[in-house]
Amino acid sequence: MTTMSSAEPTRRDFLYIATGAVGAVGAAAAAWPLIDQMNPDASTIAAGAPIEVDLAPIAAGQVIKVFWRGKPIFVSHRTPKEIEEARKVDWHTLPDPQSDQSRVKGGHDQWLVLVGICTHLGCIPLAHQGDYDGWFCPCHGSQYDTSGRIRRGPAPLNLPLPPYEFTSATKIRIG
Amino acid sequence: MSAHSTYQPQSKFMKWMEARLPIAGLVHSSFVAYPTPRNLNYWWTFGGILSVMLMIQIITGVVLVMHYTPHVDLAFTSVESIMRDVNYGWLLRYVHANGASMFFLAVYIHIFRGLYYGSYKEPREVLWILGVIIFLLMIAAGFMGYVLPWGQMSFWAATVITNLFSAIPVVGDPIVSWLWGGYSVGNPTLNRFFSLHYLLPFVILGVVVLHVWALHVVGQNNPTGVEPKSKQDTVPFTPYATVKDGFMIVCFFIVYAWFVFYLPNYLGHPDNYIPANPQVTPTHIVPEWYYLPFYAILRAIPSKLGGVIMLVAAIAILAFAPWLDTSKVRSATYRPLYRQFFWIFVVVSVGLGWLGSKPAEGGYVIAARILTAWYFIHFLVILPLLGLLEKPKPLPASISEAVLGKDKAGAKARG
Repeated sequence: MTTMSSAEPTRRDFLYIATGAVGAVGAAAAAWPLIDQMNPDASTIAAGAPIEVDLAPIAAGQVIKVFWRGKPIFVSHRTPKEIEEARKVDWHTLPDPQSDQSRVKGGHDQWLVLVGICTHLGCIPLAHQGDYDGWFCPCHGSQYDTSGRIRRGPAPLNLPLPPYEFTSATKIRIG
Repeated sequence: MSAHSTYQPQSKFMKWMEARLPIAGLVHSSFVAYPTPRNLNYWWTFGGILSVMLMIQIITGVVLVMHYTPHVDLAFTSVESIMRDVNYGWLLRYVHANGASMFFLAVYIHIFRGLYYGSYKEPREVLWILGVIIFLLMIAAGFMGYVLPWGQMSFWAATVITNLFSAIPVVGDPIVSWLWGGYSVGNPTLNRFFSLHYLLPFVILGVVVLHVWALHVVGQNNPTGVEPKSKQDTVPFTPYATVKDGFMIVCFFIVYAWFVFYLPNYLGHPDNYIPANPQVTPTHIVPEWYYLPFYAILRAIPSKLGGVIMLVAAIAILAFAPWLDTSKVRSATYRPLYRQFFWIFVVVSVGLGWLGSKPAEGGYVIAARILTAWYFIHFLVILPLLGLLEKPKPLPASISEAVLGKDKAGAKARG
């Protein structure tokens, strides 16, 4: 065999490689169901349908918590003071630079809707706490401002915004 | 292993058996006739203790599963019913929960013993790496077991630890969703953790078999770090090591029983007796004591991804110790400088554990950063440099000489 190593590839070489390749594809195809079964199942996805939230009972300065896809969603009815605090800071200098205007829907500046999960390691921040009058995470001390933007602590990003829209002046649909 | 086999089957049945499956001979050569260095001290008994702890965890675990229900609505109450209704359920659960702590206590002593006496050095690198793998599997098994009672600490530990994976760029979030089986920690998460918590101890058992196999190929290290050279340097495993291990296991059980019967919840957190609530995070989240040094390292780094990388690196770096340590001398007994740095390293590790239990603010963070830096400097700078700079003390010619003194060992060898 060694004398033949420099010769043309034989039909047998081709068969070895082709068999090996088909076997690898087959093994990967067999492994996929075993891996994919761990992803969210059909009922979990179905239960993640959009939800409606009535904003009328939420007083100015109040933050309510609703659940969507097992995640807490903060709906904050901001006071003019809180809006002003969020807007007077030069947002270009923040750790995750975003303007307050880009985090609310135009014309609904008092309504801030956030996914209430600390972007560090997933704890739920506490409202109206910390040095920025926004949210404070009790786990590792991340502090968010009245726009839900990270201002200090280990969290890398601002509190994310869930997909939502206003269906009327006092109603939103999240999802 | 078979090289030491002196097993002679006596009965007719054992002769018949030995010709077909020589298991009695294997046990005899591995745990009876197996030569152990005659100078082993009590720090060498923790391997035996760990084997016993693994068996206790498997036995109590299998029994607990007969009464536990892995469902978010039922898990907490099923654990409470184990505590209140099941005959001796309180005992089985406390033995299992405190057993985890004792398991880690023993493994930390076992690891520090290996670091002190240079047990990771050639030819024991593979033995050592298998040990690091067992330690990693223990961490995973311990974490998933802690989630099962589905109390507040269980739920938030699951949330925080799975979120570590979200630090991975690009694929982080899909991986976390895959781990959860949903959009947050929930019933699918609890179910798979239960499945894996049941599986992992048997995986550990398999790696332990490899660990013991590798040990019996290269032989045990000993307090002098000098390999046995003659028959005089060793004694048979039974009765010498079995009795010594047995005595130490009893001593260890006294401490274990003290926790089980008098302080069963001392090492746990009261918050875990509150059912899991996805709406409220406990005000002060800390992991179990045995993860605290690594938790302190995670929090010391002011970047999410960086913290996760350092956390993993802190464990992985152990596997590289055989190549980072450049000294040819194994035992710290003959390494005056290394011995001092070893104890500094012990203090740093315990200090990191203490800092991990403190809130991440002010001076605690600064201290954690200094100790984290030292942890890595120990492996990456001190271990390589010491081997080049340190002048070791003269090694004894043999184990017998170290034990008996030069004249006696010489006389015995002649006589």
